[in-house]
Amino acid sequence: MIQILIRYATLFITTMLVLAALSFSLAYLFPGDVLVNLTGITPQNETERAALLRQFQLDKPYLFQFIHYVQQLLQGNWGYSFVSGLPLREEIGIAMPATIELSAYALFVAIFVGVPLGCYAGMRSYTKRDYLINSASMVSYSFPVFWLALVFIMVFSLNLGIVPLSGRVSLLFDVPPTTGFILIDIIIAENTDTSLALNDALYHLLLPTISIALVSTASVVRLTRRSVIDVLKSPYIAAAESRGLSRVQIFRRHILRNALLPILPLMAIQITTLITNAMIVETLFSWPGIGNWLIQAIYQRDYPALRVGMLAVATLVVSFTILIDLFNRIIDPSREKYERGTV
Amino acid sequence: MRGGFRWAAFLVALAGLQACDKSEQIAFYQSGIIYCSESNPVNFNPQTDTSSTTADATAHQLYDRLLNFDAESGQIVPNVAESWVVSDDGLTYTFQLHKDVTFHTTTYFTPTRTLNADDVIFSINRWRLPSNPFHAVSGGRYPYFESLGLAENIVNVERINGYRVQITLKEPDSSFLANLATDFSVILSAEYADHLLSRGTPERIDYFPIGTGPFKFESYRKDHYIRFLRNENYWGFDELPDGQSNTEHLIYDITTKSSIRLAKLITGECDAIAFPAQTELEIIRNREELELSEKPGLNIGFWAFNTERPPFDDPKVRKALALAIDKNTLLEAVYFESATRAKTLLPTASWAFQSDAEDTAYNPVLAKKLLKEAGIEPGFTMTIWAMPVERAYNPNASKMAELIQRYLSAVDIQVNIVTYDWTTFRRHLREGLHDSVLIGWSADNGDPDNFYRPLLSCGAIPSGTNRAMWCNEKYDALINEALETQDLERRKAIYEEVNRLLYDELPLVPIAHAYRYQAYRKNLKGMSINPYGGVRFAGVTKSL
Repeated sequence: MIQILIRYATLFITTMLVLAALSFSLAYLFPGDVLVNLTGITPQNETERAALLRQFQLDKPYLFQFIHYVQQLLQGNWGYSFVSGLPLREEIGIAMPATIELSAYALFVAIFVGVPLGCYAGMRSYTKRDYLINSASMVSYSFPVFWLALVFIMVFSLNLGIVPLSGRVSLLFDVPPTTGFILIDIIIAENTDTSLALNDALYHLLLPTISIALVSTASVVRLTRRSVIDVLKSPYIAAAESRGLSRVQIFRRHILRNALLPILPLMAIQITTLITNAMIVETLFSWPGIGNWLIQAIYQRDYPALRVGMLAVATLVVSFTILIDLFNRIIDPSREKYERGTV
Repeated sequence: MRGGFRWAAFLVALAGLQACDKSEQIAFYQSGIIYCSESNPVNFNPQTDTSSTTADATAHQLYDRLLNFDAESGQIVPNVAESWVVSDDGLTYTFQLHKDVTFHTTTYFTPTRTLNADDVIFSINRWRLPSNPFHAVSGGRYPYFESLGLAENIVNVERINGYRVQITLKEPDSSFLANLATDFSVILSAEYADHLLSRGTPERIDYFPIGTGPFKFESYRKDHYIRFLRNENYWGFDELPDGQSNTEHLIYDITTKSSIRLAKLITGECDAIAFPAQTELEIIRNREELELSEKPGLNIGFWAFNTERPPFDDPKVRKALALAIDKNTLLEAVYFESATRAKTLLPTASWAFQSDAEDTAYNPVLAKKLLKEAGIEPGFTMTIWAMPVERAYNPNASKMAELIQRYLSAVDIQVNIVTYDWTTFRRHLREGLHDSVLIGWSADNGDPDNFYRPLLSCGAIPSGTNRAMWCNEKYDALINEALETQDLERRKAIYEEVNRLLYDELPLVPIAHAYRYQAYRKNLKGMSINPYGGVRFAGVTKSL
């Protein structure tokens, strides 16, 4: 067990170092002054510039520069945004939770809609209802998220006017970004009518969550269905049937767990897709998440922001993937024999 | 499948959350107005910036001025100054200030006194005197006042008593009052300035503003929002129509894309939006819940000839070219009927607008005749410079240039259309490399001098606003004479003479005055366009 943990820790640290190196080299690869790209501070004169170069150890060889860079990153000095002049850590600290929140709700929807539907389709495999669910999921899986979100906006926001199209909560609610998770922020916000604000926030959540969740739900349905069908073929199901257990009993005792186990690692891959989709959808719904933030940074050529933003997103995805992989390993030790840790 | 049912039950519970008390909900959503603005203000002091974004966000929300323009008539009306006297020689202006004008009480400053002469003197001296401790704060540039040379013309600003201020000028300037009524001439708090100075943080004055306006500053997040709170002690409430007061919250939702602003207006996420695009106007008109009010703006789009280059130094040639184009077609094709035909430099919103001014009419036959008389050979080639950016006064200069190209080919003149990126374009224009140019002008106040002087006076050639490079002594003498008198009828008569001179000389062809648009939801009451500057939210209320 400890061995596994160590292996994963090494994997994580190596990956992060490679990513940090990449991010560091971006400061040199982007056009403009390395000092500015790295810190976001534009020196006013030569003396100031020299002092900054010394402070960030940019007058030393690359390796030392890099070590200093990593130290700074770990201490939370991520530099400043060109455009807003605010510390990048603060900006990402607000943007990142918004993305995580959106992805989490979408994942929640995908699992709690996708798994039951998939099980149902699997249990009734090759019937009309199965074909219906199957083809519906196929169709929604093939929708490009970007297009789907636009259609949703057109129909539900602009034509029917039932849901708002941008942001997380009406600006009339004064919700300070304490944690960055809007629902939590609303609950701890002091000067706001909590139930009204929650209601408003849920309306805002509806379209972006559904746009992202639809694709993921479709793949969860298909994965679950396949897995259930496979389990149904196993001899122990036939044995259970011959013992005279009812379908419900068989499903609860034997099928559900055995079918879900192989799905988990596949879901891990889904999370990456989910976050990517969330970042795309954010820009359409003006959701103040990391995707939207990065797009703005690109428009405004905010190189320090791009450098750290890329690192932050990569860290998020890598940590998630490794954690889930680790989790899989822990709940299903049988896989140990066949696989090495992979990302 | 029981798991599924349990979750369905959860979702139902979630839906139950939606069933809030309706009346409470309406009361809440009525308590604030959300305005989708187009960009970030530079800071919160319009003295330091001439962009309309800064003015919109600050001038009429946070501050008051000595004087105001009446949005309907364009007349100068009292604001903080309840009355004023101008001496007979036109050099001394005395302002009597309102008493009990309170400054904002905010989390960062609590005023101990009401507005008095010191605040007025401080506000003017800040841009006037380089020795003022706040002059260099926020960059030390005051573009509006600099462009008019106002600081040089003021000899002294002095306190007569606590509520009386006297300003002495070097030369008479009848547009002086108008300049004090613009968005840029706001009154700051001298007490707040002293307070900041003593704490060593003078730069906060433009970022954490204190004014006397109907709203006070609450918070600002770049690219996201500006929040304002109702100024509970607003002194001007008596001035508002009966039963109106300000909305409790005013929020600027900074939305840079015009299509998204429109979408938010449709869904009701914004109650009013800034700058609807010309192509979107029809959508707004067709929506029942939306209102589009329009007013002729204080601007002009024109076609200027470089009068330093032959043959455009010949008024006959300029006249011929003006006769060869059909302005009405240009209006329809380029402005989509969102502009009025311009006869003179002045738009209808100006008090000196002359409705019976002469205008060139489309007459290609006469144009050909005049060209022949001036000795222009058929096949003559000239350039039209089309500005590369979109402006209200000319939303599509290249399209207009193409149309003019076609009109001129009918009188046997070949046209080459020239365009550069905006910075290069303006630099080359200043160097006078153009034969003619399609460009325009937006004025900052209703005073006619704000059009005539920068556009065609000799002094405006080096500063780069006189695109016709036209210098005429008679013209300069006339517009100077107009400033020396306070009598509006007399000034009007002089400007009529100027208009006649321009019609004969035609250094530029006035084309259009674009409308200003304000799009908002019908449930917003009291919204109106202020043609003389930034948007105003005092007295605007929302009822759902």
